[in-house]
Amino acid sequence: MLHIENISKTFNPGTITEKLALHNVSLHLAPGDFVTVIGGNGAGKSTLMNSIAGTYPVDEGRITIDGTDITKWPEHKRAKYIGRVFQDPMMGTAAGMMIEENLAIAARRGKSPTLKWSSSADSRQHFRELLMGLNLGLEDRLESKVGLLSGGQRQALTLLMATMAQPKLLLLDEHTAALDPKTAEKVLLLTDKIIKQQKLTTLMITHNMRDALKYGNRLIMMYEGHILFDIDSEKKKNLGIKDLLAMFEKAAGSELNSDSLLLS
Amino acid sequence: MDLVIATVSQGLLWALLAIGVYLTFRVLDIADLTVEGSFPLGAATAATLIVAGSHPLVAIVAACVAGMLAGVVTGILCTKFKIPALLAGILTMIALYSVNLRIMGKANLPLLQQDTIFTIWNLGMDKMMTTLVIGAVIVLVVALLNYWFFGTELGTAVRATGFNPHMIRANGINTDNMVVLGLLLSNGLVAISGALVAQSNGFADVGMGVGTIVIGLASVIIGEVLFGTRSFKNCLISVILGSIVYRAVIAIVLQMGMPPNDLKLFTAILVALALSMPLLQARWNKIRKGGR
Ligand SMILES: Nc1ncnc2c1ncn2[C@@H]1O[C@H](COP(=O)(O)OP(=O)(O)OP(=O)(O)O)[C@@H](O)[C@H]1O
Ligand SMILES: [Mg+2]
Repeated sequence: MLHIENISKTFNPGTITEKLALHNVSLHLAPGDFVTVIGGNGAGKSTLMNSIAGTYPVDEGRITIDGTDITKWPEHKRAKYIGRVFQDPMMGTAAGMMIEENLAIAARRGKSPTLKWSSSADSRQHFRELLMGLNLGLEDRLESKVGLLSGGQRQALTLLMATMAQPKLLLLDEHTAALDPKTAEKVLLLTDKIIKQQKLTTLMITHNMRDALKYGNRLIMMYEGHILFDIDSEKKKNLGIKDLLAMFEKAAGSELNSDSLLLS
Repeated sequence: MDLVIATVSQGLLWALLAIGVYLTFRVLDIADLTVEGSFPLGAATAATLIVAGSHPLVAIVAACVAGMLAGVVTGILCTKFKIPALLAGILTMIALYSVNLRIMGKANLPLLQQDTIFTIWNLGMDKMMTTLVIGAVIVLVVALLNYWFFGTELGTAVRATGFNPHMIRANGINTDNMVVLGLLLSNGLVAISGALVAQSNGFADVGMGVGTIVIGLASVIIGEVLFGTRSFKNCLISVILGSIVYRAVIAIVLQMGMPPNDLKLFTAILVALALSMPLLQARWNKIRKGGR
C-alpha cells in the first residue's frame, strides 16, 4: 500500500547546522497495517511522517501509495490520500471557524472547492451523526467556534476530520502528547476504534512504549535517522517493555536514553 | 442634517475600502499595502474611461478588474516568489504610482461636467441624497455578494487559510491559490471604492491613495470594537458601520477645529492606539492584580 524506498533527508545542507535526519529509510505498509513508531528525541520520526505527507521534499528515494508515485507531489495534493493529526491541538483545525465549517472542509478533503454553499441541512445531519460517535456532546455545538473546545475535544475533532473522507493512509504524530493522561487514553481508544472500523492503514508516532505495544499490529523503532527494527504482529503480542529495551541496546549498541521515552 | 447625510454617504463609499482591508488584514491575516495603489488605480481607471465617454457603470467594473489584477500581482509576488507580503504590497503600490500616472496621463484628472454614477439616474432627489442612496445600494450588493461567496466551499477555504494554513493544506487545498484569490477580491473592492470616491469628489488624483490603508484599518477596528465579530456576517456589517463611524469621528474633530492637515496624524494615532489595546489592557490588568 505505502512503499517508501530509500528516502533520505538532510536539513540545512552545506551549513554548520546541517543535519542528516533520515538516512536511506525503506518501509512497506500492507493495507490495514497499524504501525506504531517509537524512538528517542531527534530520531527522525516526525521527519519520516512529514516526508510522507509532503511538508517538505525528500532529497532522495521514492514514495508510492497504491502504486502512485507521490514523491514529487506538493503537500496539498497528497492530502487526497492522507489524513493527518498533529501533536499540537491547534494545528489540525481552524480555531476561528465553527465546528460545522471545519467538518465541511474536511468532508471534501482532496476535492477542489466549488462555489456551492458549504453547509446544507443534509451535511449538518451527517456531521451530527459523526460527532455523536465521539461521545463528547459536540453534536449539539455545530455552530460553536473550534477555539472554544478543550485540547482533547479538538484532537478528537481533528481525528474525525482526518478520517471522515476515508484516507488511504492515516498519519498520527504524537497526537495525544499534549493531552493529560486520562484524555490521552480516551483519544487513543477512539483512534483505535476508528482505525479498526475503517480498516485504515496507519502510522502512529508515540513516546509511550506501553501504548506502542498495546495498539497496532506492527512496531518500528527509529534511531539516528533510520529504522532500527521492525516487529511484526506475531512477535509484538508477546513483547514487554524490557524486551524492547534489550532489543534497542543490542541493535544500537548503546543504552536507550530513557528520558525521551515514557517507559510505563 | 446635510452634514449627517454627507458623512454617511462618504462612509458608504469608503466602506468598500474597509471591507477590502478587512479581507486581507483579518481574513487572510496579511497587512496588504497594495490598497494604497489600487485605490487610486480604481479612481484613475474609472475617471479616464468616463472622460473618454464610457458609461459610469462600465468604468466601475473596469476599475474593479484593474484592482483585481493589482491584487494578483501582489499575490504572485508573495506566494510564488516568497517575497514577504508586506514588501510585496509595497512593491505593487510603488509600481502602481507610475501605472496610475500613465493611465491618466497627468497627476490629476477632473470629472467636471461628466456624467457619473451619481448623476446618470434622476431619482428625484438632490445630489447628496442621490449619493447616499446609490452608495447604499452598491454597498448592499457588495456585502451580499461577499456573504454569499465566503459561505461557499471556496470562500470557506479562503477564510480557513487565514486562520490555519497547515490545516487547509492537510485538507488538500492549495493555500497559495487561496491567498492570491483573497488579494484579488480585496483589491477589486478597494478599486471600486476609489472609483466611487473619485466620482463623488469630481476628480481622480494620483496622490489620493496615501493613507488609505490606515483609514481602512481604522474603520475595521472601530467596527469590530463597537459592533462585534461573532460571525463573518457580523464582521461584514461591523466593518461597514465602522467606516461610517470613522467618517463621523472625522467630521466631529474637524468641526471642533482640528486643521484638516492633521487628519492623517490623527487617524494613525487612533489606529496605533487601537492596535496596541490588547497589550495595554493585559499590562493594566497585571498592574491591578499586582496592586492587590
Ligand atoms: N525543519 C527542520 N529544520 C532543521 N532541522 C530539523 C527540522 N526538522 C527536524 N530537524 C532535525 O532533524 C532531526 C530529526 O527530527 P525529528 O523531528 O524527525 O525527530 P523526532 O524523532 O520526531 O523527535 P521528537 O521525538 O523529539 O519529536 C533532529 O535533529 C531535528 O533537530
Ligand atoms: Mg517528532
